[in-house]
Amino acid sequence: MSLALDSRPRVGPGFRLQWEPAQEAHVLLYPEGMVKLNGSAGEIMKRCDGAQDVQAIVADLEAAFATTGLEGDVLAFVEMAGRQRWLVW
Amino acid sequence: MPGPPLWLLAELTYRCPLHCVFCYNPVDFAQQQDELSTDDWLRVLREGRALGAVQLGLSGGEPLVRDDLEVIVEEAHRLGYYTNLLTSGVGLTPARAAALKAAGLDHVQLSFQDSTREMNDFLSHTKTFELKNRVAKIIKDNGWPMVLNVVLHRMNIDHIDRIIGMAHEMGAEYLELANTQYYSWAFLNRDQLLPTREQLERAEAVADAWRVKLGSAMRLFFVAPDYHEGKAKKCVNGWGSMFLTVVPDGTALPCHTAKMLPGLAFPNVRETSLREIWFDSEGFNRYRGTGWMKEPCASCEFKEEDLGGCRCQAYLIANDPAAADPVCRFSPHHEQVRAAVAQAGAAASGGVVRPLVFRDPANSRRLAEPSS
Repeated sequence: MSLALDSRPRVGPGFRLQWEPAQEAHVLLYPEGMVKLNGSAGEIMKRCDGAQDVQAIVADLEAAFATTGLEGDVLAFVEMAGRQRWLVW
Repeated sequence: MPGPPLWLLAELTYRCPLHCVFCYNPVDFAQQQDELSTDDWLRVLREGRALGAVQLGLSGGEPLVRDDLEVIVEEAHRLGYYTNLLTSGVGLTPARAAALKAAGLDHVQLSFQDSTREMNDFLSHTKTFELKNRVAKIIKDNGWPMVLNVVLHRMNIDHIDRIIGMAHEMGAEYLELANTQYYSWAFLNRDQLLPTREQLERAEAVADAWRVKLGSAMRLFFVAPDYHEGKAKKCVNGWGSMFLTVVPDGTALPCHTAKMLPGLAFPNVRETSLREIWFDSEGFNRYRGTGWMKEPCASCEFKEEDLGGCRCQAYLIANDPAAADPVCRFSPHHEQVRAAVAQAGAAASGGVVRPLVFRDPANSRRLAEPSS
């Protein structure tokens, strides 16, 4: 599944994303396992609802963090997450 | 200051319809008939979640024996746990599966003892192979990820190719090939269970070849026994570091088998809160970190990596829970591990061995008698 700006990523089947206060992080849960996401990974993943496309996610993040130029990083992360099956589109 | 107990294992009961020869439930389980009530478990779940526990294992014995399992699962789900049912499949009828699904169960890990009916039934001393096949289908039908667990040891490790093939045919998404570890019943039966080094190497090669073939179709985990490596594992990721077990009578332990360790009291959830258990109890603090270590661990360059290995193994083999884990090549007791491996090799080539001891209440009571 090649990634484009109009791809609509969502959390992959068998994974659950949730915020864990005790770890102050987003985590991805799967059978007997957990991936602790760093701050930016969590912010990207929580916006991957299958409805927003990558372009919209980038715009949303840039607005939320009052910055620009995030497209490269977001694409790289989503691609990596796709390889791990954390995200599908 | 330890982090949160991320993994809470609830051993709901020691009752079980199987009699596996490699079981890690205590050999004296028949003396421990006392079980926590539903309310006790619900309180444990709430306290655990408040501490930050997020992965919940529901296990035993056979957790399906408990008819309050759905109530427990529902509360765990409501609290936000990711719930894992670790089961033989016995009792998982379509109706029960539907009820557990409705309660919010996230995944079912189904055990298989081998890929053939004969070996599966022999090793668990039951007739369960066909049932497990049916349960595998029920799991799929309910949309759960399909996770199979096969405990490996000398008697089935040479079947690994067929075992992996079977799992793949069933549509398993994950296959855990867990070489047995030597505690409790497995320790009793060690001479017959410990694979030879050659068997392990062959098995690992088969698993690797399958991984290439399977790609992402099925994830394969191969857990090697630590008797052969000369290296200690970071047991439960470190004593009191992220793992908290509550056993059927309410005793809280840092690992499944810690109750065997002498001179150490572990608290009970009926009397003590999980917070106090995790942070303040003597049992959980005793072997935390590296401060308790003796030589050679205390000055070892790997001490942060393996945290001295396994306390239970140190006790079982070296009779000292504070000793270096004898599987480590630097342990002064390592020779005993080498001897066990050699002995297994001799047994494998047809040496005389004791009969297998199947895990059942009669054997459990018999073994508890002083003369046995």
